[in-house]
Amino acid sequence: MTAVVTGDLPVIEAPRSRRSGGGNGTNFEMYAWIFMRMSGLLLVFLVLGHLFIMLLLDGGVQRINFGFVAGRWASPFWRTWDLAQLWLAQLHGTNGLRVIINDYAERDGTRFWLKMLLYTSSFLVLLLGTLVIFTFDPDITG
Amino acid sequence: MTVTEASSAVQQPGVAGHLRTVTVKVRRYDPEVDPEANWQSFEVPVEKGDRLLDALHQIKWYQDGSLTFRRSCAHGVCGSDAMRINGVNRLACKVLVKDLGDEILVEPIKGLAVLKDLVVDMEPFFEAFRAVKPFLITSGREPTRERLQSTKDRARFDDTTKCIMCAACTTSCPVFWTDDAYFGPQAIVAAHRFIFDSRDDGARERLEILNDKEGVWRCRTTFNCTDACPRGIEVTKAIQEVKRALIFRRR
Ligand code: FES
Repeated sequence: MTAVVTGDLPVIEAPRSRRSGGGNGTNFEMYAWIFMRMSGLLLVFLVLGHLFIMLLLDGGVQRINFGFVAGRWASPFWRTWDLAQLWLAQLHGTNGLRVIINDYAERDGTRFWLKMLLYTSSFLVLLLGTLVIFTFDPDITG
Repeated sequence: MTVTEASSAVQQPGVAGHLRTVTVKVRRYDPEVDPEANWQSFEVPVEKGDRLLDALHQIKWYQDGSLTFRRSCAHGVCGSDAMRINGVNRLACKVLVKDLGDEILVEPIKGLAVLKDLVVDMEPFFEAFRAVKPFLITSGREPTRERLQSTKDRARFDDTTKCIMCAACTTSCPVFWTDDAYFGPQAIVAAHRFIFDSRDDGARERLEILNDKEGVWRCRTTFNCTDACPRGIEVTKAIQEVKRALIFRRR
């Protein structure tokens, strides 16, 4: 039997040296991970509450029209609710897709462009949504 | 590979009084013969208590000597013969043929480059293992006698000391399948074994390494690893404990 040694012998770093390359030294991935759990938990209440009010409560979806939305958004409470919902859901979804792209995109180029597409569209939705919530004007007469 | 068998030319055992014949379909690959991998079926006589490894030996010793696989101890200790059996990662020396049905699919473990038949290149796996510094790191003065540890402190990381590095967990992980930059469950288990060892002072360092972009945060908690471990290590739990240690910065 001959022992076959392929390549160089493994190099083991000295115990207290930092690992070369790779690590970016930030806690970003950890905070992203925690954010996913926290936002998910909040969204359960926000979204289920939203669906319940919009679709089931007196008259349900049939009663929704411009006046209804204008009436709701007269209250800062519902504006805050909707704003929280928008931001949490959008960031939660964006981070989820970012992670999926990291998992499945095989080439660096694909990875980069998919993420650019993701961040751009996500930014536009956030911008537009926030703009509407803050600048909504119930007076459409002129 | 490591098959050195003294009794080479004796009568094939089990043929006369064997209880049944099973079909073993093996994913064969030999780049010198065919650039593509193919399924090949073997009809194998098996006895009641046979393990899948015995069936593979039957093939190698009496039907087709070119079949290539790793095995050494044949008793679930060395971790050489992890393979994908009927779609799940198991040690061939620990599963009984009687539990596998009449048609058994045998493939190499997934996510590592296949070299020949069931033999894969384990280097990326060992590289991840080395990266978490799987050795005792201490500081301060060397004690004059052995480093003592209470039973309770020892029990804290007992589960992760059982690892035999067969790679069944890492190659069952869907994150590792698509991206082998991910450390994988085994490396995290190896780190866990030292992070939670009261005699070790390298916890911080190892936690920092696993806090990396390709570290524990890539785990999707699919539990494939826990399911695959032939030693019954609660791998996913160990990974969660490392995450928790990172969040709360204590062990
Ligand atoms: S041959 Fe050693 S673990 Fe199976």
